[in-house]
Amino acid sequence: MSSAIPLLLAIGLGLAGWLVARGRAWKFKSEAADGRLASLPVYHAWYAALWIGGPVLLFGVVWNAICGNLIMQHVLASPGAANLPAFGMRRDAILREAQNVASGAADRVLIPEAEPLVEPFRAATLLYDGIGIAVALVLALIGAVWVFLRLKPNFAARTKVERGVLGVLFLASLVAILTTFGIFVTLVFETFRFFGMVSPVDFLFGTHWGPDPMAATTSTDGSRYGAIPLFWGTIFIGAIIAMIVAIPLGLMSAIYLTQYANPTLRKWIKPALEILAGVPTVVYGYFAALTIAPAIREIAVSVGIANASSESALAAGLVMGVMIIPFVSSMADDSIAAVPQAMRDGSLAMGATTNETIRRVLIPAALPGIVAGIMLAVSRAIGETMIVVMAAGYAANLSANPLEAMTTVTVQIVAMLTGEASMDHPATLSAFALGFVLFIITLILNVIALRVVKRFREAYE
Amino acid sequence: MSEMRAPTRTPEFEARLKQRYAAERRFKLAGLGAIAFSVAILVFLLGNMLSNGLGGFQRTVFEVPVDLSRMALSVPATDNEASAVRSLQSQGLPEIVQYAAEEALGSEGASQINSEAWRIVAQEVIADPALLRGSNTYSLPTNEDIASAYAGDGKLHLQPLANELAEQGLLHDAFDPGFMTRSDATDPQLVGIWGALKGSILTMIVTLLLAFPVGVLAALYLEEYAPRNRWTDIIEVSINNLAAVPSIIFGLLGLAVFLTLFPSFRSAPLIGGMTLALMTMPVIVISGRNAIKAVPPSIRDGALAIGASPVQVVFHHVLPLALPGILTGTIIGMARALGETAPLLLIGMRAFVATPPSGFTDNATVLPMQIFLWSDQIDRGFVERTSAAIIVLLIFLLLMNGLAIYLRNKFEKRW
Repeated sequence: MSSAIPLLLAIGLGLAGWLVARGRAWKFKSEAADGRLASLPVYHAWYAALWIGGPVLLFGVVWNAICGNLIMQHVLASPGAANLPAFGMRRDAILREAQNVASGAADRVLIPEAEPLVEPFRAATLLYDGIGIAVALVLALIGAVWVFLRLKPNFAARTKVERGVLGVLFLASLVAILTTFGIFVTLVFETFRFFGMVSPVDFLFGTHWGPDPMAATTSTDGSRYGAIPLFWGTIFIGAIIAMIVAIPLGLMSAIYLTQYANPTLRKWIKPALEILAGVPTVVYGYFAALTIAPAIREIAVSVGIANASSESALAAGLVMGVMIIPFVSSMADDSIAAVPQAMRDGSLAMGATTNETIRRVLIPAALPGIVAGIMLAVSRAIGETMIVVMAAGYAANLSANPLEAMTTVTVQIVAMLTGEASMDHPATLSAFALGFVLFIITLILNVIALRVVKRFREAYE
Repeated sequence: MSEMRAPTRTPEFEARLKQRYAAERRFKLAGLGAIAFSVAILVFLLGNMLSNGLGGFQRTVFEVPVDLSRMALSVPATDNEASAVRSLQSQGLPEIVQYAAEEALGSEGASQINSEAWRIVAQEVIADPALLRGSNTYSLPTNEDIASAYAGDGKLHLQPLANELAEQGLLHDAFDPGFMTRSDATDPQLVGIWGALKGSILTMIVTLLLAFPVGVLAALYLEEYAPRNRWTDIIEVSINNLAAVPSIIFGLLGLAVFLTLFPSFRSAPLIGGMTLALMTMPVIVISGRNAIKAVPPSIRDGALAIGASPVQVVFHHVLPLALPGILTGTIIGMARALGETAPLLLIGMRAFVATPPSGFTDNATVLPMQIFLWSDQIDRGFVERTSAAIIVLLIFLLLMNGLAIYLRNKFEKRW
């Protein structure tokens, strides 16, 4: 069944219920002795629409999910399915072909074996669509009967409707928890499967990274899954090189914008920094790979480093630092602005110059906020993917030379999951283990930073 | 009478003061330098993309006169363009074009004409069948070799030929409107971004339809109704965390959950949109809460005082007043989702998609992914095409952010 049908059915039936219930409420109103109802007619209408449309919609979602399987079972039980191959790609292709022809997506069969299955598919689809629509109509009817038995002039329809609305609001706010929970469960589950094949000690403390996606899954060589080079590359690029660029530039920009710049300059510079923050990372990655990396290589060669590689940690780190500047700047901006004006005035009144005030009073007072901002910036830098995928390379190197190619956790997640290994292969699962490490580290950084920021704000409020 | 000076202003003091003022100037200059550096990088980045990318909206073409009147070609009376093109192909149009090219450019030049060039003639003829009765000059795309020779690199032995043809006015760069209407191809002369753009639009529709209602409702609940207890704290912490979780983690979630639930929709806008919606929702919740918080309590008190129920207060008064702020946050969140690549890379939206997706469940790719895929190509022609695609993406993002800023300035109220 097309997924639009239950939706249209729910909206149509709900609308019908809405109109009928409202008309009935008006009638109640005209018949009532004092011309008053307990709730406005429109709430009668919504009450009816919720009870009629809601169950149909819920049923539609469930039915959509199981309908495909039911049709498939029906088709497989038909005599035409007897000489299908038992499993494999060919079987899937035949079934898909027959289904496409039956639903009209394709105009004729290309695989002859699919021919006898087209008719069963058509029949089964018709049958289960019929059943689905019938059940939906029955549900709507039951809802309608229930509603029309309850709707009376003195019925508190508004209270009921509002309770329903609050329930929907609550469910919406649960989506966030469900997502967090989903991420956590997925990562933990796949990570445990991975640790069933490779020991956590090998993974966390090994210094050689070179998974072989083609190796047999039965015996896994744990020594190929040492993630230390990845952790080092991530820290070196994201937390060291990028921060060397981003912290001074971001901090100084924030100081200049808040303390020195006149309003006109601020009006123009702030949006410019926002643009810098809004440029997609794939564009930064392209810029790093195509412009910055070759430039760095040329400079390195010209100062006599012969074997400089065209992919380097430096290029990725520099561009990532530029990407982070607006982030650091806006966090520092907020923290400096949160320092009470009285502290600044006091320092200036004592005869300190502006820069002495900034360095000796404002920065120390704003330090917790600034540090928290830097932690958030680091968490963003180590989770950044496209720049490093495009500019840092795939070679796992444990080296402190910024001109060498290095790889990071995020690059290897992409590499492991876009390769040709199957979902059960340790190389694929290692991506989830890496993701889990990344998730935990960014989670810790974020939680600490957000707590510091909160406490810091409270201190000055 | 000499100037009166404070007794504290000794020469040592003066020297110290001078030093302090110098430090002040240096500090200020450093601040200005930091800003100038950031702005310079931005200008360099955009300038770099522009100078590379403007060439991407052009392609190298041959000017070839083709006389169709000598052949008994006919355009079939059908609305289906693809079948009309097929019919012209079977009537021998490719050979006619090749022959005309050999007459005009010589055999060496004609060997450099794009193998798909006849389709240009076919399309123009279908649009205007009167062309069949005369001789016309058509701008036909070249192949990649002579295009890069014309640009001054690539195969050296082709450069004299390119220069000669260019001098005769037969070879030049021309604006390529087809770049906006074609899809991905293996030949940089034939690629376009419409397929990726349409994939992006479909994905964004799914994201918006999922993230906006859920985000707004969750923001309303948390700000207006939620009791202050442990549950709400957990919800708050998890929303704040989701907003800061690296985007690639959402890709892992999409891969493990959505693709397990719907294995047949791999690389469809539906799955991509769902994954991006999870990422965008927290952004909408956070900006929505700020917008709702900014509505003064007096509005709520006034509505409650004249007998509105809590739900009526929120839906009749608070939400309409907060809506501009919520929309601003939504647009910014959507702009972020539009530029996002990493999660989509994991859920398989990196397929080669040569036809634009026609629905939410078709194979599709998105604009940033197209940029990533083209950036991997070695062909010289793809560099310009990639930059051109980046320009298109940046224009979309600028428009969205501009709209957000406009909304904020126009509707933001200071209470």
